[in-house]
Amino acid sequence: MSSGTQLAQRHRFRWWELLPWAAGIAAFFVFPNYLSFATQVLITILFALSLDLVLGYAGIVTLGHAAFFGAGAYTVGMLAMHLGWNEPISGLLAAALVAASIGLVSGIVLLRTHGLTLLMLTLCTMTLLEQAANMGAAWTGGFDGMPGLSFSKILGLFGFDTLYFRSQYLYALVTLLLCFAVVRMLVYSSFGQSLTGVRENLLRMHAVGAPVRTRQVLVYTVSAALAGVAGALFTQANGYVNLAVLGLERSAGVMIVLILGGHGRLYGAFVGAIVYMVLEHALAKAYPTAWQLGLGLTLVAVALFARKGVIGLVDSVRRRLPGAAR
Amino acid sequence: MSAAMLETRSLCKNFGALEVAREINFRLERGARHALIGPNGAGKTTFINLLTGVLSPSRGEVLLEGENVTRLAQAKRVKRGIARTFQINQLFRGLTVQENVCIAVSERLGVGGSMLRPAGKRADVIREASRLIAMLKLGEDAERLVAELPYGRQRLVEIAIALGLNPRVLLLDEPAAGIPSAESHILLEAIATLPEEIAVLIIEHDMDLVFRFAERITVLVSGAIFAEGTPAEIAANREVRSVYLGSALDG
Repeated sequence: MSSGTQLAQRHRFRWWELLPWAAGIAAFFVFPNYLSFATQVLITILFALSLDLVLGYAGIVTLGHAAFFGAGAYTVGMLAMHLGWNEPISGLLAAALVAASIGLVSGIVLLRTHGLTLLMLTLCTMTLLEQAANMGAAWTGGFDGMPGLSFSKILGLFGFDTLYFRSQYLYALVTLLLCFAVVRMLVYSSFGQSLTGVRENLLRMHAVGAPVRTRQVLVYTVSAALAGVAGALFTQANGYVNLAVLGLERSAGVMIVLILGGHGRLYGAFVGAIVYMVLEHALAKAYPTAWQLGLGLTLVAVALFARKGVIGLVDSVRRRLPGAAR
Repeated sequence: MSAAMLETRSLCKNFGALEVAREINFRLERGARHALIGPNGAGKTTFINLLTGVLSPSRGEVLLEGENVTRLAQAKRVKRGIARTFQINQLFRGLTVQENVCIAVSERLGVGGSMLRPAGKRADVIREASRLIAMLKLGEDAERLVAELPYGRQRLVEIAIALGLNPRVLLLDEPAAGIPSAESHILLEAIATLPEEIAVLIIEHDMDLVFRFAERITVLVSGAIFAEGTPAEIAANREVRSVYLGSALDG
């Protein structure tokens, strides 16, 4: 009997899930000169992963996700700048806590709405934070941000090297792995299943007696915490923070990453971040003035021919192969 | 008189000047097979929405086994055993049939918010869902996406989800609507084999189905109960014939 083999096996670990991490470790040795860039990719993956939880799984459309990235980035920056709190791991936790609190409070208010209203309100929340960061110069450094931040050694052993990014890279890789483990557990849990229910049909979800709002606020809060960690990594790895962590460009950028890779797919964030950033990097090198055109054309192609992103495309090709198991 | 499974007392609902429910006193007995009929716009779906808590009444009460649930939110009423299906399918279209039913069963068993254990390891949930899927003869489609199923099969998923909530009261809002006649026998069979202890209220336009299924019929016209009785009484009622049944049952 076909009693749920698919569902019963979905959460099981498959061999190819090791590939991203093997590639991550390999990159450390193969591209020693690109570790600064690779660290930014890892941070983007984590940020996109946090967005996938709300957008891809719970169907909450937001344009203000950079609010949480920025909250995390500024938390770590301000702690280091004003309190001399520059221990990195506790910094990540503090950033997660602050971002989660903002996610919780704004989620309780915003998630009463949906659609365009929600989109605009998330944008407003982010803009409010951006302006707060801009105007609270005594705390945030205002328009200039906080340059030249330094952080103590990770676990008291590995110092951040701003020139080679070696420890930053490994630190970001391990952090991403831990956060990914949390996200993976969540999406395959009953909670994750109920989130997909919320995404697919709100009306029905109410009719099966699910506490829909609570679930939405919960996932929004968790997602905010993860985005906060990504922001904190950004500040720690780069040694500075400025208003760019909070803008619409960052919010829209991460959404593009997710759409490019495939949303609601767990590994879409990985593929999207790599494709987006490598493309951006290569195009900017080849066509310094018109690189955004290439990115735009890629997006148009994805929107037209691969609605479910690169991962979705791979899936549908695989499904058409003869003898493909579904 | 003992408490009915579900009862309304002087239930009223207006939208501004428009009265969509007028002094509805209605009893759904334990294990009942009850049909609610009436012309389009009579307020049948509104009545279901009042029973399930989607709408709150302007006046009057809803009682579940004698207990006043008028002020309870929809989710709480579901937990107490009121489940419904929708006139137009409200399914998780991008998920498999099995996931659709599992979501309902998970909520009923109170594990829908559990974050640690994989949904695929909830053997109790999966077993219960598989039982319902088999009962509605959806077994071979269990792993297909709902969106890929023909409409008639999707209607069965509606019922499977409602049954996954282990209801004491099941409200079926036009279950046969939109099903090609060639497929309607599967639905009829599904409805005929619903567990006896569940009180079923069915809204339906298909008089064939109504008269085959119902032991009691209520006729709703302009938001008020127009007539109520056994199928024989309703079929014999001249006024009902003139407002609703029309010529279908004449001659």
